[in-house]
Amino acid sequence: MTNTLHRYGDAASFNDDYIIFAIPCKSKNDEGAVEKLKLFLGICTKHKPVNIGNSSFASYPPSSELEPSVHWKRRQVADPRSVINGVHRSATAAAVFDSIDKAAACLRDLIDADLGLSINVSTSVEGAKRVAADCGIRRHSVEYSLGFDDPHDNLPDRQVLELSTMCGHGMVSANLAKKMLELVREGRRDPSEAAVTLARFCPCGAYNPARAERLLRAGRTR
Amino acid sequence: MQIDPKKCVACANCVPVCPMGAIYIDPSINRATIDYEECVECGACYRGMSQERLNPSIVRLVRWVAGKFRFRFEPEPDICPTAAFVMDDLDWPRIVRRVFSDPLVEHTSTGIHGRGTEEVKTNDITHRVGVGEVGYVIEFGRPGVGVRFREIQVMTMALAELGVAFEAKNPVTHLMVDAARGRLKEDLLDEKILSAIVEIKTPIAEVPRVLESVSVVTKQIDTVVAVGVSTRCDEAGNDELLAPLLTDLDYEVARAKTNMGLGRVTNAQTAGTAQ
Repeated sequence: MTNTLHRYGDAASFNDDYIIFAIPCKSKNDEGAVEKLKLFLGICTKHKPVNIGNSSFASYPPSSELEPSVHWKRRQVADPRSVINGVHRSATAAAVFDSIDKAAACLRDLIDADLGLSINVSTSVEGAKRVAADCGIRRHSVEYSLGFDDPHDNLPDRQVLELSTMCGHGMVSANLAKKMLELVREGRRDPSEAAVTLARFCPCGAYNPARAERLLRAGRTR
Repeated sequence: MQIDPKKCVACANCVPVCPMGAIYIDPSINRATIDYEECVECGACYRGMSQERLNPSIVRLVRWVAGKFRFRFEPEPDICPTAAFVMDDLDWPRIVRRVFSDPLVEHTSTGIHGRGTEEVKTNDITHRVGVGEVGYVIEFGRPGVGVRFREIQVMTMALAELGVAFEAKNPVTHLMVDAARGRLKEDLLDEKILSAIVEIKTPIAEVPRVLESVSVVTKQIDTVVAVGVSTRCDEAGNDELLAPLLTDLDYEVARAKTNMGLGRVTNAQTAGTAQ
């Protein structure tokens, strides 16, 4: 999956967007992967990520048993422990950080842990370089996003894209992102509530609710 | 995907939730309805929305009374109040919609969820892309546009004409009946999916020719195309080849995914073989 590669925005807009993910490779290092992924997420959680995911559900999962009172009082608390305990298969695990310092500190601990899994950092080109340099490691491979080519004008506007492309699997629809922007502009939703609403649709935990909140807050007046 | 008309109360919360815009309120029955041709079976409605499991009759009565007084109830926007969505069993070829669109479904061809590709995320173990080589991930349909396999085939046939090799461990390659010509299985060409990735690899000198061809074909197909290009860094951890070339080609590269080189073979049998 290129779940995090094609986020819309310029390099500066990724200053609060660092995703570290671990991925086992089938028949190479997937034996014992479940325990390693739990360790990975446990290490990440120590550095206060804004979201984590285990490829099945994330820190802000949807609920199937809500009470009607939820419309007046919705629980917005992240639940990373459930995500860690919920790892049950060899798949990608991800953690999202809102600062380079947290991401670098986390990567240092992952180097020490020596899990043997491939560790990738998705952010701006320079941001990843700095994280690697801070940790004293040499980058192995790099994949650049060349952006979207949309000659038939299928895509929505920039503000919507910034919000919706944070789920690379496309589970956060452009129409929902637009609705959240409008609800915030109309004063009907707090930006933090709207950001978590969007994050609930991303089961991989790659969605960055902190960046979304910043964009929604800025979107009030743009 | 289905919406149970006995449960649906036409609250319309699900309408903006659909990444394909395939859900609408049908005024003739006053229920949310799915455009079956446009639905890609991604499960965003079924799985992404929270549920209350309220009694549909009571909800409809409350909504009817409030509607008479022009009252607008402002519910949480991501809730289906009556758990009306039903994920149905799918047959071939429609099943490919779910496999390519639902990130929780594993591609059996590669054993990977999501788009089913490893790209260079495990390059520290697989060594798939070496120094001086470039891997391409050409993605169709994302974000939120969707694509039919017939449009993907236009690209794969054009790439095949360039003489490039398609990555074997890739779900789209797995659906090819003639990889030398880039032809896909005929009976799935009209199936619509949320997105898919075609992967190829070439020497770095081929980058301008391949990207030019991709750009030309993109204009011929009615979807959106996102391209990623990858390479192996040198011993010092730098990329002195691909990044300067992209600058020369006028690409402004803001974002990248970086493999930090911490992976290694740990499976007992595989490690033994490697030794």
